[in-house]
Amino acid sequence: MSQHAVRPTPASPTPPGGHLLEVRDLHIEFRTGEGVAKVINGVSYHLDPGETLAVLGESGSGKSVTAQAIMGILDTPPAHISSGQIRYQGRDLLGLSEEQRRQVRGKEIAMIFQDALSALNPVFPVGWQIGETLRQRLGMSRADARRRAVELMDLVQIPGAAKRLGDYPHQFSGGMRQRVMIAMALAMEPKVLIADEPTTALDVTVQAQIMDLLADLRRDLNMAMILITHDLGVVADVADRIAVMYAGRIVEHADVRSLYRAPAHPYTKGLLESIPRLDQRGGKLSTIRGLPPNLMRIPSGCPFHPRCPYAQQVCVDVVPHDLVLGDGRTSACHFAQEVRDDRAR
Amino acid sequence: MFRFIVRRLLQMVVAFFGTTLIVYALMFAGQGDPIQALAGERPVTAAQRAYLTEKYHLDATGVGGFFYRYFDYISNLLRGNLGESLTGRSIGDILAGAWPVTIKLALIAIAVAVIFGVTAGVLAGIRRASIFDNATLLLTLLVLGIPTIVLAPLAQYFLGVKWQLFPPTSGANPDFYALLLPGIVLGSLSLATALRLTRTSVAENLRADYVRTARSKGLPRRRVVSVHVLRNSLIPVITFLGVEVGNLMSGAIITEGVFNIPGVGFNLFRGIRTEDGPLVVGIVSVLVVVYLISNLVVDILYAVLDPRIRYE
Repeated sequence: MSQHAVRPTPASPTPPGGHLLEVRDLHIEFRTGEGVAKVINGVSYHLDPGETLAVLGESGSGKSVTAQAIMGILDTPPAHISSGQIRYQGRDLLGLSEEQRRQVRGKEIAMIFQDALSALNPVFPVGWQIGETLRQRLGMSRADARRRAVELMDLVQIPGAAKRLGDYPHQFSGGMRQRVMIAMALAMEPKVLIADEPTTALDVTVQAQIMDLLADLRRDLNMAMILITHDLGVVADVADRIAVMYAGRIVEHADVRSLYRAPAHPYTKGLLESIPRLDQRGGKLSTIRGLPPNLMRIPSGCPFHPRCPYAQQVCVDVVPHDLVLGDGRTSACHFAQEVRDDRAR
Repeated sequence: MFRFIVRRLLQMVVAFFGTTLIVYALMFAGQGDPIQALAGERPVTAAQRAYLTEKYHLDATGVGGFFYRYFDYISNLLRGNLGESLTGRSIGDILAGAWPVTIKLALIAIAVAVIFGVTAGVLAGIRRASIFDNATLLLTLLVLGIPTIVLAPLAQYFLGVKWQLFPPTSGANPDFYALLLPGIVLGSLSLATALRLTRTSVAENLRADYVRTARSKGLPRRRVVSVHVLRNSLIPVITFLGVEVGNLMSGAIITEGVFNIPGVGFNLFRGIRTEDGPLVVGIVSVLVVVYLISNLVVDILYAVLDPRIRYE
């Protein structure tokens, strides 16, 4: 923590009331029999009311772990939050008791997961599962909870909602299941919705429908959304800002347009170049060489240096700080300017 | 579901004829002179021989004769007549006396398995790798490792004879108290298996994705465990217990033998030992039906508990 204790706050200036949700210099370790894996190494990001932040990264980059830490559903042990803050409406969630955190879950911050089939309980009807939150948290009667469940299922555009209330998760298609998941998350009208790879398990056409639905709901209900994904294609239309994660750190943080136009971190650049493009058919698809680091032995200096085409000696020796590039952009790269201006590559 | 039950009932008919035929063949096809076997060492007069030949249709010989006798037996069976044992007692009466005892014993055993096995299994599953978990693991391994033929006499000697906490044997018309110790011995094996099964199932389900979802809905941990985890964890446990009830209903030969309990297993064992063909075949025929029905009930129960299972 000490090596990057001072870190400029990225992106837009803090609004008068503070950010809606703010993660500050979060460090999380997983302590297992084989050793300590440093999964989150100083992550900071924030979310303002009504905006969508995309958190992008490969599997193992720590994007889901950060989200679970915000929700307070991380299994501790093996996880251990060694330092940092998660501030929601000015309160540090990490300082609250379990009971106080439970009150925040679902009501203030809700979450939807990647694989809706395993994320829904297989032995209860979907209407019951949506209504459970209302009955348990708001003390609604069975009949009221059922009525509200139908409304919520209508809201997420499940056809014939009233008839499907008694159906079980396995009786729905993948897309419809994810809609049930979304309806359940919206039950308490949360101010923040965390969507953890909501479309990864779905067909491409269904992916687009779910992303559209999420974008519409976010606008209509005036929620803020954290969209976790490894798919750059998914975020372009939906997100306002993007935070790119690598080895438990945010390596680049920018608004969507500037990030796509001119990435300022070699990792982001690599990700963008590895998307197949129709106008470059026949050529060899470029990839990022090597593999993500083992989190028990993160490379010295910049953790990306073994895979980086820009790497110099300084990258091996010194951990790069977040470089502020203007327009609220930051990049944790010693050569951020050069990478951004290097359009030729 | 209705079609599934009908199909299973039809399968049961086939299974019933198949198993009774096999048991009937094993008991009678290999016998030299059944009348002499019946009489034992005593001489048989010509008049007695003629009467018994007439009664059991022994004049028909060979395979044809065997099937003639088998179908004669089955047709009696279907009319509810189980026939007589070689000692001249009605097999129906023998079973009517033995079954209530066996059922009482089975219920005690199942109650022991459910109350202690499932409860301890749930606790061990929630507190995985705790002292409680490790202690139950050790105990269940011990119980599973000791065969009933060793465990039953040990329990009888220490708890019945030496410390005199329970009656050492039960005798005719045993009451609940007399059956308690044998019931616990009989149930200990089911208890150990139920405990291991419950523990694994609970531990596995606690890690399931839907538990994470339930927590992120802001439900208290108590509700997550007692509603979401338990409902899923008990599916395999209830299936196991259902099969186990079927097993226990058919009597426990060793336990009933050691504690001298006049149940189904006790009578079956006596029939085998004295080469009482009609008695063995009679009891086994009824056991087959008990087994088939209990398995059907388990299958239906499984579909009721787990909506993903739909028989069609």
